[in-house]
Amino acid sequence: MSHAEQDEDSHYVDTAPGDESLDGYEAAEEIRTYLIGLGLATLLTLVSFFITRTALVWEPSIPVALAVLAIAQMGVHLVFFLHITTGPDNVNNVLALAFGVLIVLLVIVGSLWIMAHMNHNMMPIDQIMQMQS
Amino acid sequence: MSAFDAAVGRDGPNHVGRAQGSPDIQHSAKHAAYALASKRIIAGYGFWIFLLSDIVMFSAFFAAYAVLVDATAGGPSGRELFDLGNVSIETACLLLSSFTCGLAGIGARTRNGFWFHGAMAATFILGAAFLGIEIREFMGMIALGAGPTRSAFLSAFFTLVGCHGLHVAIGLLWLLTMMAQVFAKGYRPDILRRLLCFSLFWHALDIIWVGLFTMVYLMGVTQ
Repeated sequence: MSHAEQDEDSHYVDTAPGDESLDGYEAAEEIRTYLIGLGLATLLTLVSFFITRTALVWEPSIPVALAVLAIAQMGVHLVFFLHITTGPDNVNNVLALAFGVLIVLLVIVGSLWIMAHMNHNMMPIDQIMQMQS
Repeated sequence: MSAFDAAVGRDGPNHVGRAQGSPDIQHSAKHAAYALASKRIIAGYGFWIFLLSDIVMFSAFFAAYAVLVDATAGGPSGRELFDLGNVSIETACLLLSSFTCGLAGIGARTRNGFWFHGAMAATFILGAAFLGIEIREFMGMIALGAGPTRSAFLSAFFTLVGCHGLHVAIGLLWLLTMMAQVFAKGYRPDILRRLLCFSLFWHALDIIWVGLFTMVYLMGVTQ
């Protein structure tokens, strides 16, 4: 579809997730996008593996650092491989993603929270055995 | 009114746009191209929602694993079982296969058959290598007596990692199907839509693997 025809209404047109933006397609540019994504993802992965083996990082901070690195890498994948952007053509994709992330967080954080409380409030197993006998 | 509107129909059940304007729908030949383009958007968006629901399912397995990670019932823990060397090779395979899958998409868009089939073949080899290493890891753990029946921790581990491996296996079958379909039918719009969905699926698997190697393997070894 020609660019001129689109110009006036381009604000209202959506882009499929995983697709490049509709206006102007350059294979070389897209390869560059994938290369940048691959480089960033490789870097973040290497750092993740590195900080689990090194003594350079304060030990209690490692799980938090790993979580941050993983979330950053997921972001890199979304932007450079899945082409999710903040542009007006991506509003539907981003809203669906935001809802998915909300449910994922509710399930994981909620489960951990509730189960940690139940473990905390449960009587030690040997005392339960004593009560039963 | 927007071209997208004309192609889809303002009140159709598949209406995913936010367009507004006069409701006259033109059925001119000029809009045939838009109809194909919008079908691509609808197929991609629908598959995107399926993928998000798949990720929600994975989040339940992740939550089960996180809750049960310490329930080793006197059996081996992750620290004793996991081999980070294996995991780093698996990670490299899956990351590179995500990259070559993107290159295959470019090959399809530029109608370069050599590029498309070459990149798809590379994706298949990398994906199969990932799956082979994972199966070898599972067999090794079962041989050590650390199978899924040993403890709640291992049940959760095999369910979570095995479910991801199952997705990769299905993805490999789909990949071969797509290569055969492009070979036999060419770059038809419906084939290209399936390719778009396949590449979304493959990239999503890599995103899940990022969460998986971080939470299961790296955190399992450090804790």
